Amino acid sequence: MTAIALETSVPSRRLPRWLPILAILIAAYGIIPVIGTSYLFEAILLPFLALSLAALGLNILTGYAGQLSLGSAAFMAVGAFAAYNFNLRIPGLPLIVSLFLAGLTAAAFGILFGLPSLRLRGFYLAVSTLAAQFFVKWALTRFGWLSNYNSSGVIDAPPLTLFGLQFQGPLGRYLFALTIVVVLTALAARLMTTRSGREFIAIRDNEIAAKVFGVSIFRTKLLAFGLSSFIIGVAGFLWAFAYLRTVEPDGFNLDRSFSILFIIIIGGLASIRGAFFGAALIVVFPLLLSRLGALIFGGVFDSGVLDMSQRIVIGALIILFLIAEPSGLVALWDRLTRKFLVRR
Amino acid sequence: MSDFDYSFLLEVLIGGLLSGVMYSLVAIGFVLIYKTSGVLNFAQGAMVLFAALTFVGILEHGVPFFVSLLLTLLIMAVLGVAVEQTVLRPLVNRPPITLFMATLGLAYILEGAAQLIWGAQVHGLNLGFDDKPIALGEVLVSSFDLFAAAVAATMVALLSAFFRFTRTGLAFRAVADDQFAALAVGLRLPVIWAIVWTAAGFVALVAGLLWGARLGVQFSLSLIVLKALPVLVLGGFDSILGAIVGGLLVGASEKLAEVYIGPLFGGGIEIWFAYVAALALLLIRPSGLFGVKLVERV
Repeated sequence: MTAIALETSVPSRRLPRWLPILAILIAAYGIIPVIGTSYLFEAILLPFLALSLAALGLNILTGYAGQLSLGSAAFMAVGAFAAYNFNLRIPGLPLIVSLFLAGLTAAAFGILFGLPSLRLRGFYLAVSTLAAQFFVKWALTRFGWLSNYNSSGVIDAPPLTLFGLQFQGPLGRYLFALTIVVVLTALAARLMTTRSGREFIAIRDNEIAAKVFGVSIFRTKLLAFGLSSFIIGVAGFLWAFAYLRTVEPDGFNLDRSFSILFIIIIGGLASIRGAFFGAALIVVFPLLLSRLGALIFGGVFDSGVLDMSQRIVIGALIILFLIAEPSGLVALWDRLTRKFLVRR
Repeated sequence: MSDFDYSFLLEVLIGGLLSGVMYSLVAIGFVLIYKTSGVLNFAQGAMVLFAALTFVGILEHGVPFFVSLLLTLLIMAVLGVAVEQTVLRPLVNRPPITLFMATLGLAYILEGAAQLIWGAQVHGLNLGFDDKPIALGEVLVSSFDLFAAAVAATMVALLSAFFRFTRTGLAFRAVADDQFAALAVGLRLPVIWAIVWTAAGFVALVAGLLWGARLGVQFSLSLIVLKALPVLVLGGFDSILGAIVGGLLVGASEKLAEVYIGPLFGGGIEIWFAYVAALALLLIRPSGLFGVKLVERV
């Protein structure tokens, strides 16, 4: 992760930077709710939003601060279960508060499992983050208290309420998730341009140089872990409460961690937009592939075959992106739009 | 604890050490590739699955044992060359983390392909060896575990001899020592990488057969990569000796912890104990027990 420049290049010199953002917000709040079907919300947009947020969190840690983590799904699980427990144990606690507390719990876990980063680098660190993955899953299945002694470990999520408003149905849950993603994305994007954000990048690019310039390695690395886990924890909340509406440890397995890592590789490391581009591809692509399979081969393919071919194609995509477009979909998009705008 | 059962302790210890041998077997495949190309090959587990499934698949078509063994070896060699050509060569000079992520992609491809070709059901594998417990004094030991340990020892001996006495082995050591110097004296890196990946494929096949005979040849074979990682962390990524000692340590400590500490936490701590133990050691010795002092410069 050496040659990822700061994301200062504006996609085009003619359009102001806020225009595309405004357009996306108008589309997300004004157009999609009107034209969207419940299939679109349930199968595409809700997982997309949750995964985007998780990828955004991981991108802060891996893309900006350069600390590779393979335990994202564990922090998602911590967020989801913490929110469930805060909601259950403290009656009358507003959901937004338990959401915030869940994020903080995930952040605390992140800092705890980030401690090895102070001594370890690269592969050793990546392996040590796997510890989080196994430990959290073990704790969640072992201690029944955490899932309120539910025999299957699967629990129903409570309804979503925010400031007295009820968010019901696919559309309501979409708007709830969208609002949280928008707020957190704005905060994260802003933060990356502050001193702390610059310090993340400094540590990624050259730790010793950063130290010489007076960046506290200790503070910055743990801040990166905490911040990233906070966001990933909230993403876990969205995944469980808004998308699946059940909270279960099995959904937050190693494969989920990998797919979040894949999202930021495909989308673009150290880029806010990258998380969204990558998540869109990872969510939509399997659906397209299964549609395509059904279209071409009819019912010949069973789901197992489809699953396997999906694995192969995703694996190939990862390698292809690493070889041909290491800066991800974001770079591809910027090149295309720039060409388009200049020609006109 | 006046009536502490020492023979039981010994039994657990020996069982743990022997299962540690199986971990070492997987870890050695990692070490081979890491030493010569600086890549942490996450696909090693997928290669174990791929090799074992291919072998069983060919065997089930009525091909004799040794012919299918040779055929599988050939396929693993082709795979090694293909990986060098399509994945490693285009990614030359990229940061190690990029290569690591590429092997993640490779793992997905291999897992998908193996199961697509040979089916996802569990295949039984019989190496013609009964698993009878053998009594050594008061301690019962699984004879299959002993057999596996013998195979592993033979393989390590073969590999060591290969590294020490052949020209290719010498070239391997040269590349592991200093890639640029090796290039400068005219060693062809791509050829060496292809051979190393083939050797890792061979190790994967041996590991796959032993694990497959124990657990059945199925997807979960690919997950033994997760068992091998703490072994590597303990032993250092670049030391075969470290992989062996690390494997033994992980195997033994994990079983002992499960039996003696596990009940305090309600059991099942085997999944994460190795990781926590490895982490604790890393905080004291950041390059593992036998690893070269931090190669990665900041």
